[in-house]
Amino acid sequence: MTDYRMNILVCGGTGCRSSEGATLYDELVSLLADKGLEKEIQVVSTGCFGFCEKGPVVKILPDNTFYVQVQAADAREIIEEHIIKGRKVEHLLYTAPETGKKVSDSKHMDFYKKQVRIALRNCGFINPENIDEYVAREGYAAMAKCLGEMTPEQVIKEIKKAGLRGRGGAGFPTGTKWELTRKSEADQKYVVCNADEGDPGAFMDRSILEGDPHSVIEAMSICGYCIGADKGLVYIRAEYPLAIKRLKIALEQARNYGLLGENVLDTGFNFDIELRYGAGAFVCGEETALIHSMEGKRGEPTFKPPFPAEKGYLGKPTNVNNVETYANIPPIINKGSKWFSGIGTEKSKGTKVFALAGKINNVGLIEVPMGTTLREVIYDIGGGIKGGKEFKAVQTGGPSGGCLTKNFLDTPIDYESLTEAGSMMGSGGMIVMDEDDCMVSIAKFYLEFTLDESCGKCNPCRIGNKRLWEILDKISKGNGTKEDLNRLKLLSNVVKDASLCGLGQTSPNPILSTMDNFWDEYLAHVEDKRCPAGQCKAMMQYVIDPNKCTGCTLCSRICPVAAIEGERKKPHEIDPEKCIKCGACMEKCKFEAISVA
Amino acid sequence: MEITRDLKNHKVQLSENAIALVKKICRRFNYQEGELINILHAVQSQFGYLPAEIQELIAKELDISVAKVYGVVTFYSFFTMKPKGKYPISLCMGTACYVRGAENILNEIKRQLNIDEGETTPDGLFSLSSLRCVGACGLAPVLLVGEKVYGRVAQADVRKIISEYKAGCLTHPTKE
Ligand SMILES: Cc1cc2nc3c(=O)[nH]c(=O)nc-3n(C[C@H](O)[C@H](O)[C@H](O)COP(=O)(O)O)c2cc1C
Ligand code: SF4
Ligand code: SF4
Ligand code: SF4
Ligand code: FES
Ligand code: FES
Repeated sequence: MTDYRMNILVCGGTGCRSSEGATLYDELVSLLADKGLEKEIQVVSTGCFGFCEKGPVVKILPDNTFYVQVQAADAREIIEEHIIKGRKVEHLLYTAPETGKKVSDSKHMDFYKKQVRIALRNCGFINPENIDEYVAREGYAAMAKCLGEMTPEQVIKEIKKAGLRGRGGAGFPTGTKWELTRKSEADQKYVVCNADEGDPGAFMDRSILEGDPHSVIEAMSICGYCIGADKGLVYIRAEYPLAIKRLKIALEQARNYGLLGENVLDTGFNFDIELRYGAGAFVCGEETALIHSMEGKRGEPTFKPPFPAEKGYLGKPTNVNNVETYANIPPIINKGSKWFSGIGTEKSKGTKVFALAGKINNVGLIEVPMGTTLREVIYDIGGGIKGGKEFKAVQTGGPSGGCLTKNFLDTPIDYESLTEAGSMMGSGGMIVMDEDDCMVSIAKFYLEFTLDESCGKCNPCRIGNKRLWEILDKISKGNGTKEDLNRLKLLSNVVKDASLCGLGQTSPNPILSTMDNFWDEYLAHVEDKRCPAGQCKAMMQYVIDPNKCTGCTLCSRICPVAAIEGERKKPHEIDPEKCIKCGACMEKCKFEAISVA
Repeated sequence: MEITRDLKNHKVQLSENAIALVKKICRRFNYQEGELINILHAVQSQFGYLPAEIQELIAKELDISVAKVYGVVTFYSFFTMKPKGKYPISLCMGTACYVRGAENILNEIKRQLNIDEGETTPDGLFSLSSLRCVGACGLAPVLLVGEKVYGRVAQADVRKIISEYKAGCLTHPTKE
């Protein structure tokens, strides 16, 4: 990278690629070639910058200029103005919403100011398909240090001292897990990376694998050295084609450099990694299910103990860690446990990556020190609620987690505080909701997910969740009673207590936390047959305000079931019998004449 | 790959080539039972789906019961026993898309195509499925036709998108 006068970093993350990032890259490359600049200026396709909301994103180094919503047609201007004449392309710069001023570079963007990037250190900086760029940023230095200068015990001790805890959800101390697996005696052991990322609405692990695959490979090798394994497996979702592609390229390059395979770095250590593909089953993120799935079976969980550290893949001791957990390992070795444990809170060290999404201005991927408050994340980094609406709740922990209200906005993000508040850290999904979101519907949404994903092995989860869903459905259709609320709570606790694996043990959490925090809203549904957020279709009706309606006829042309009638320039009317409550008319009316009653 | 379908009886006729290909894939994985999922991935990527006849063949090759193969195929949502449409539509129903109105979009697609999730239109053009988080939450709600991503989809866009494919003006998906 340093051989070039300037670098143009184009985001190659899934979000930006989906909105033209790929053609933009090609355009930049061919324009540079036209001008004969390809030796001086490099175009790099990187992993996600995190600022997906305003993608496609382009960053210019060394000056850190940050361009947002760049289209392929803008490529010429970037090259002719910025690269050749040194003038920033004003209209592509990010506009700070508070001041309305253009921000010249990423260092001055609020979005990045409070972030500390450890796991994401290379995402958006390097070309993930080029091992040299990883090596140039301390890549494989940690592995070399471990293999060359440290005993496995010393490495484990360092990780324990750092205080790193699992980022896959449960927060188990990583060093301790490695130690347990090391102590299990066996002729063969395995290192497994859990890249099954199941939380529906989260893309942390995917972004790390797409943006910095080598960091995971390096960490898995270090783990192999520590526990005494020569084989690693990455269990990755088949739905992540880009991550798979980049991981494959990275593995090949690492092998060619002698960083994987036999006798790594001439130290006598052997280690190689294979990929295993998930096939769309959330429960396979659970480690025992994941292991069965890797063995080619149905991914049904089994009771623990025995833990994978004793009996895992093919019955051999197996260390399972999450992608982000691994991505933290190389910096800990390079910079030391003291540096790492200096970040975060007393019991939760380091940082956490979140996929921030929902009704928030800056949807994207962020990494913050543990202890940062929800308020800082949502308002300072996330830029607040979209469209000036009222904040209502923030959901963490995905289908196992809970919804927190504004009373919890000052909760510091760490494992214990979030659990105490009634939610959990989870793997990093963070969904912000506003006044228009109905909490009963949200609980029902997660339950639907659980129903789909329950493996069916044990009754409390298979049948109990179905019954829970039915009660929620009844409530959302306006047929619920107060008695239903009691039953909902009682059954939730039974399912939690009696289920075999983490899926069933946590699946009622979204119900319980919304009941705790939004009891009034549940009451409104059952007592007044009213959905305060106006989302539960059975309880609402679309009406046109005759005083506001100009008779433009737009809605009547849009309505999919021809439920709207009216003469041109005269107030229109909706036939409640025909209306299927799709909301299309309200979305399109330019005069805000249509509302939900 | 050549599979002849008898639509009425849901029977398929595997050609010689198809049989040879399945056998070859099984051989590539050394007929190992533990490789079943990888074999299914490989076979599905060739044929687009896994009809019963193919499952029977795989079971025979690996010398395991058909129930075992069927058990795995039905456990994982990635595997499908029904052929997808020429233009497979998938709607992201991840949380981020859900809170930005994905459900309305899903209903609109169902209505436009008159099919449910997991089904294919009788003309074989469209199939509908939902998936969870495409990793483009910034563009929520997100709809995919094949690999082409449509972001910030409004209800009114659905009809437009579908009719474009129907008209055949988008034979190989490009950005509108
Ligand atoms: C239903 C269920 C789903 C899970 N999904 C994931 C997942 O997608 N990714 C993950 O890393 N861990 C997941 N876990 C946690 C794993 O079982 C395991 O604890 C984790 O991979 C250990 O890694 P860590 O210690 O590095 O967090 C899941 C657990 C349960 C019960
Ligand atoms: S709790 Fe649910 S997912 Fe877990 S083993 Fe039981 S049925 Fe399967
Ligand atoms: S779109 Fe609005 S203004 Fe136009 S006819 Fe419908 S309700 Fe009236
Ligand atoms: S909500 Fe939908 S169905 Fe009802 S009137 Fe409006 S457009 Fe028609
Ligand atoms: S995908 Fe480009 S910034 Fe996230
Ligand atoms: S939830 Fe739909 S793209 Fe993430």
